[in-house]
Amino acid sequence: MTAVPSPRPFSEPSPLARWLAGAVVILYAIVTILPLVWIGATAFKSQEDAVAYPPKVFFTPTLEGFVDLFTVQTRQPHDFIAKMPPPQTWYEKITRSRDMVIAGPSRVVERFLNSLIIGFGSMILATFLGTLAAYGFSRFRVPMADDLLFFILSTRMMPPIAVAVPIYIMYRWLGLYDTKIGMILLYTAVNLSLAVWLLKGFIDEIPREYEEAALVDGYTRLQAFRKVVLPQAVTGIAATAIFCLIFSWNEYAFNLLLTSSDAQTMPPFIPFIIGEGGQNWPAVAAGTTLFLLPIVIFTVALRKHLLRGITFGAVRK
Amino acid sequence: MTVTNNARGIADGVALRTPAAVAGRVRGLSDRAVAWLFILPTMLLLLAINIFPLIWAIRLSFTGLMANLPTPAHFVGLDNYVDILTDEDLWANFQITAHFVFWTIALQILIGLGLALLINQKFRGHSFWTTVILLPMMLSPAVVGNFWTLLFQPQIGPFNYLVGFFTGAAPSSFTMIGSVALAPWTIVLVNTWMWTPYVMLICLAGLRSIPDYIYEAAEVDRASPLRQFWSITLPMVLPFLMLAVLFQAIQAFVMFDLVNLLTSGGPGSTTELVSITLKRAAFEKWETGYASALAVILFVTIFGAANIYVKALNRVKQQ
Amino acid sequence: MTKALALIGLVAAGLSAAATVDKAQAQAKSLTMCWAAWDPANALVELDKDFTKLSGIEMKHEFVPWTSYADHFINLLNSRSSECDLIIGDSQWIGGAAENKWYVKLNDFFDKNKISMDTFLPATVVGYAEWPKNTPNYWGLPAMADAVGWTYRKDWFAKPELRAEFKAKYNRELEPPKTWDELIEISKFFTGKEIDGKKVYGSYIFTERGSEGITMGATNAMYNYGFDYMDPKQPYHMEGIVNAPGAAKGLDVYKELFKCCQPPGLTNAYMSEGLDAFKSGQVAMQMNWYAFFPGLAKDPNVGGDKIGFFKNPAGPAGDFTQLGGQGLSVVAASKNVDDALLYIKWFAQPEVQQKWTDLGGASASKAVLLSDAYKNSAAYAPSFVESMGMVKDFWAEPLYVPLLLDMQNRVHDYVVADKGTSQKALDELVRDWVKVFKQEGKNPS
Repeated sequence: MTAVPSPRPFSEPSPLARWLAGAVVILYAIVTILPLVWIGATAFKSQEDAVAYPPKVFFTPTLEGFVDLFTVQTRQPHDFIAKMPPPQTWYEKITRSRDMVIAGPSRVVERFLNSLIIGFGSMILATFLGTLAAYGFSRFRVPMADDLLFFILSTRMMPPIAVAVPIYIMYRWLGLYDTKIGMILLYTAVNLSLAVWLLKGFIDEIPREYEEAALVDGYTRLQAFRKVVLPQAVTGIAATAIFCLIFSWNEYAFNLLLTSSDAQTMPPFIPFIIGEGGQNWPAVAAGTTLFLLPIVIFTVALRKHLLRGITFGAVRK
Repeated sequence: MTVTNNARGIADGVALRTPAAVAGRVRGLSDRAVAWLFILPTMLLLLAINIFPLIWAIRLSFTGLMANLPTPAHFVGLDNYVDILTDEDLWANFQITAHFVFWTIALQILIGLGLALLINQKFRGHSFWTTVILLPMMLSPAVVGNFWTLLFQPQIGPFNYLVGFFTGAAPSSFTMIGSVALAPWTIVLVNTWMWTPYVMLICLAGLRSIPDYIYEAAEVDRASPLRQFWSITLPMVLPFLMLAVLFQAIQAFVMFDLVNLLTSGGPGSTTELVSITLKRAAFEKWETGYASALAVILFVTIFGAANIYVKALNRVKQQ
Repeated sequence: MTKALALIGLVAAGLSAAATVDKAQAQAKSLTMCWAAWDPANALVELDKDFTKLSGIEMKHEFVPWTSYADHFINLLNSRSSECDLIIGDSQWIGGAAENKWYVKLNDFFDKNKISMDTFLPATVVGYAEWPKNTPNYWGLPAMADAVGWTYRKDWFAKPELRAEFKAKYNRELEPPKTWDELIEISKFFTGKEIDGKKVYGSYIFTERGSEGITMGATNAMYNYGFDYMDPKQPYHMEGIVNAPGAAKGLDVYKELFKCCQPPGLTNAYMSEGLDAFKSGQVAMQMNWYAFFPGLAKDPNVGGDKIGFFKNPAGPAGDFTQLGGQGLSVVAASKNVDDALLYIKWFAQPEVQQKWTDLGGASASKAVLLSDAYKNSAAYAPSFVESMGMVKDFWAEPLYVPLLLDMQNRVHDYVVADKGTSQKALDELVRDWVKVFKQEGKNPS
């Protein structure tokens, strides 16, 4: 038999293959990030630079956009401004230099807080209920399990716009219209379908022997759940939590239709930040960038869990 | 009667699974109680917020209710459904939606799976770049649709200039959002940009779940890399891929915010997805009965397709 | 025992303190004013400070962007919410507001307080206050007079080389157009020229698809070529009127202007994109609402001497412009109707109307608009007064939204998406509108 060089094991790619793969992925990552970079840059442009023609890649940064985002302003004639007391703060200086006067704070902080409360609230509730339900479906022989699981999935199949009218009528009747708790319940219900399906997949992966050993040792089912299953499901729960948060954080249609001011979040607000009659792009970009931050922070913080949750399945007996 | 039967069923099931030595030792809440306790809150919430409005919407679809007029709902039978099924413009909207869903899913599968395979090569820094790739999916679709209008603006936005730089075409010679030919592809482009990371993530989960020893066994059998891909990688990733496709297809079918803010369904009606028609009927024309009927038709379509799909998915999972 | 007594005492003290705070809060009155979020709204915030000084009532403002203005507030009014006490609602909402009793009918109040509708421009009274139209039933006070007008780059029109070139080509001076034919000629003239190092375009017109944009633009051409909504002698008779050959020609003219001279990419553009295009030096002329002209006049880049204004050009069949503007109304579901009426009484005073215009609003009061002082106060004032005398409005029926959406659909399909012909588009529009009116119970044809 002639000596045949042993083929490189598939599971250990060659350095060249690795380098090529890396290059392609990094290229894709950069291209895909460019729009976000542009928007981030726009947040620091002046109004004129933002709509400059042709578009400006290099520009002098300014905080105008952020000031516009957080305040309500009116344009006043020169003599009116000359009669006013001199500007006290750095943001007043910026506004006055454009012949504008600050008339008060905008409502963006309220909306941001609403997003935090409603987004994180519904994420926690959906993840909590979803974990319980997923465990129930995974470990117990529930009658009509397949049908019930499909029913849970089907709740996602109705276009939100369509259920908005009945929910609108129902919420008004229950007094939940334009309330944070109403939005939290709604988002939780929508998130549950994804949460239950994802978590069931993760919990199915956890071998039953651990719990059964615990039961033999005298733990109750609840204790076994808490002490044995949960710690191993943490990575799956983290991954599910991220997806739930992303949905609740970014939801637009329901929030637009079911709130007016008290419970309005950022997504219906950002695209419509109006400057002098037109869309104020630096302010919109500033709002978009700030709004993106919490979710990026949350994902990066849970990144190891997310990636570990994905690799969890590799640990098999 | 059924409740006790079900409860007995659960109890029997649990009893069957718990070894005899253990059964006698179980203290605290019985398994049956735990099962109910865990599943019930979810089911109740879903019933209240999902099923109840669905039934109400079905009821409304048989009326001619207009929610902005004080006149109460009056029964019109199947009129709304007949109107919908004989409306040519609406049929065109369905075609536009189908085009959108098909192409964005196809591209997401290709790019998402491809990326996952490449990332699985575990080059240096791959976890950092993976997180970077995830960014587009973390944005609000409405906000995305909105700022892409700035990016696509031929005069003041960078997209046309970039394309012009690489192809030599003048930036103002074409418009992505405003041309009848390009607009349907533009919405595919933006949706794919946004959601490919999702498919990539799930495929990556699938790839990482394939144990090494299977590949090692294939090595021993001297299978070529291509053969390994076809007979090992692809079949084992398939369930994950199919799950991602299921969620993404449903989501694309009911997609509203991104497209509405990007093109308002224009130019004309060339990107008017059915969800946009639905929103206009429900919340601008206030034709609540008609809109409910359209919603029911949409729901039945998705439900039927998903049913078939999930059965196929379960079969694939069992292999 | 003493602990329990102390506790009860604390609770009682707390409750009575809370009660006094409650009472104090009940005495601090406030009104919520609802409108769209744009320049004039900011001016209103300034103006309302005077009202607060006089009456002690705090004015809160709820401004919603134009794109969701109608959706948001019609929703609110429909559900009889008391969130708004006063609302500056669009002229198109009057029909629905009157028939569904969203607004308080103001006739008695006007009589008691001697507020006469004669002090306002007649077009604004019909447009912003009356329902049914042309009957003395008032549901609002004309608050913001507005119409479609045009701005142009006076500095470009003054360039000697361009003037010479234009005169040689068209045998007349380069001046703001008086007819749509002239408008198209001038637009074509400027399109493609290099000015200040950049390629420019002739004109900007409305093309927005989602709410009302392209309709509010196209009517300015169509009215002047023969379009009307219905036969004045036969209500809701539209066949032959809406789709008259003249109307189709008007639509063709609008499309011609779009195809030849609109800057690229502005296929779904309304008010803000027009302002951006004009301010960034992309267009020689811009169609927009007079409400924005005060701001444009003060713009550092294109304002002052660089900007000029002209009223909507005439056509062979007419000289009209599209009516905008809103009226101020009291929401029937409000919990502070009396205070709201007090505001209306204050707002209707001539001094307040004058200050309203000075601050950036646009009073509809004759005393303000027809005064010599106003004519000379700003470059856009003369053409504004003229425009307000030649306005025509869209349907204000309770079901105006489907009527508007149908027209948006047909016009955008033809002008931007190149579907079919103008005649066909209008024929289909008649069919659409007949369907809507049948729903309303009218007798359309």
